[in-house]
Amino acid sequence: MSAPVETRLSFLGEVGNLLHAAEGNPINTCIQCGVCSGSCPVAAFMDHTPRRLIAAIRADRKEMVMGSNTYWYCASCYQCTVRCPRGIDIAELMYALKRYTIWKNQYQDGLIGPTFSETFVKTIVGSGRSYEPVLATSYLFTYGLQDFLLEAATATGLMLKGRMPLLPARIKRLDNFKRVVQRIIPMGGKR
Amino acid sequence: MKKYAYFPGCSLEKIAHSYHVSAIESARALGVELQELEDWNCCGATTYFAIDELLAYTLCARNLAQAEKQGLDVVAPCSGCYKNMYSARKHLKKDADLAEHINFALSEDDLQWTGGSAVRHLIEVMVQDVGLEEVKARVKKPLAGLKVAPYYGCQILRPRKDHEDVEQPRFFEDLLGAIGAEPVDFLLKLRCCGGALIITNREAALSMVRNLLQSALQSGAAIIATACPLCQVNLECYQKQVNTEFGTDFNVPVLYFTQLVGLALGLAPDRLGIGSELVNVMPALAAAGNGR
Repeated sequence: MSAPVETRLSFLGEVGNLLHAAEGNPINTCIQCGVCSGSCPVAAFMDHTPRRLIAAIRADRKEMVMGSNTYWYCASCYQCTVRCPRGIDIAELMYALKRYTIWKNQYQDGLIGPTFSETFVKTIVGSGRSYEPVLATSYLFTYGLQDFLLEAATATGLMLKGRMPLLPARIKRLDNFKRVVQRIIPMGGKR
Repeated sequence: MKKYAYFPGCSLEKIAHSYHVSAIESARALGVELQELEDWNCCGATTYFAIDELLAYTLCARNLAQAEKQGLDVVAPCSGCYKNMYSARKHLKKDADLAEHINFALSEDDLQWTGGSAVRHLIEVMVQDVGLEEVKARVKKPLAGLKVAPYYGCQILRPRKDHEDVEQPRFFEDLLGAIGAEPVDFLLKLRCCGGALIITNREAALSMVRNLLQSALQSGAAIIATACPLCQVNLECYQKQVNTEFGTDFNVPVLYFTQLVGLALGLAPDRLGIGSELVNVMPALAAAGNGR
């Protein structure tokens, strides 16, 4: 008798399907060489290196991957991507995992990245432009007192040099822009 | 006069305003007109792709379609904007379904993308389109004796756009050489500044900035030159925080390459936004005999 047909997509299959609008990402061809981890300037701060994270995806260790800070600490420098000998776009894989955990609303506690990203997108969808002071509220209050004061001092320095925006910018054809957005994500962009 | 649709990007509106004015001024002095892209929107930065890929491409496509309407190629001074719009165009060209879907949305703004406008980085325009010989010919006050660390950062090079050398590029050094400055051998010139981690993982970003500043000083640089607003802000505006965290005493000026090019072309410092730095650049310029 033949084995029953597998109807549930594996985690590897799910992640593989998440990549680029235009093409897939050959995660399955990873040879675990570690060039990505060796090239990554943030690896020392991650709980799992990129190489180990790819191994975990291929081993279907979904919880380990979803609880990891690796992709939220990725700075998008693409050093891994240009060096991977198997042509895996690792930085885009990190983006895909960010999206996946945001959709599932399940990511490591205490990360600033997810809230920051969501605030950023809301700001742009609402005005067409980014605006630093609004973005600041998504992370500043998670800081301890010393870091908060350092950040405030930096902002003051920038303000004195005329480098801080006092008013948010917005594009001219904002209504059209919002309708464009609504054709992509029907829930996005309040009218 | 060469003409491009200029996409300043959100940072250049305020926090990197000196990049904006020096880009316009130095380009003009090189015979390049940067006509601001009509009603441009944010490119999505590094955070947008974390939320929705399709929407991120749509944002870029709106700008590209607008440039097409103006019949011009797009020039971005920010490496992040450049990379986003370049990649969006690449994907749209390969994927007809994606393009159709996005064009359906763009028709709400009377725009259509067909791929007519190419995407360029401003430094590329100066090095390739204007050309180093032409730059050299227009230099009035060569920055002789000024040791500059050419900081490439990431997204201007990576991901690889075409077949260019992403491990040992030389175009930044060549441009600095053309304006008479002395590019130093900056070991970490391709290493990331931390980008948006300065917000989402401050500890990591500050340590990355520290490493870069240290490497630049070890290479003998008096100034760091950047081609991206986020690199400039991280390297310059966060120096004090680096000093507090690590007990260092960095005081390295960080200028945009357009400011250095402008000085060499004989433009006055105040027309290039010089004076809005948090780390004063005048002593370094004066020491090299360029404090005009």
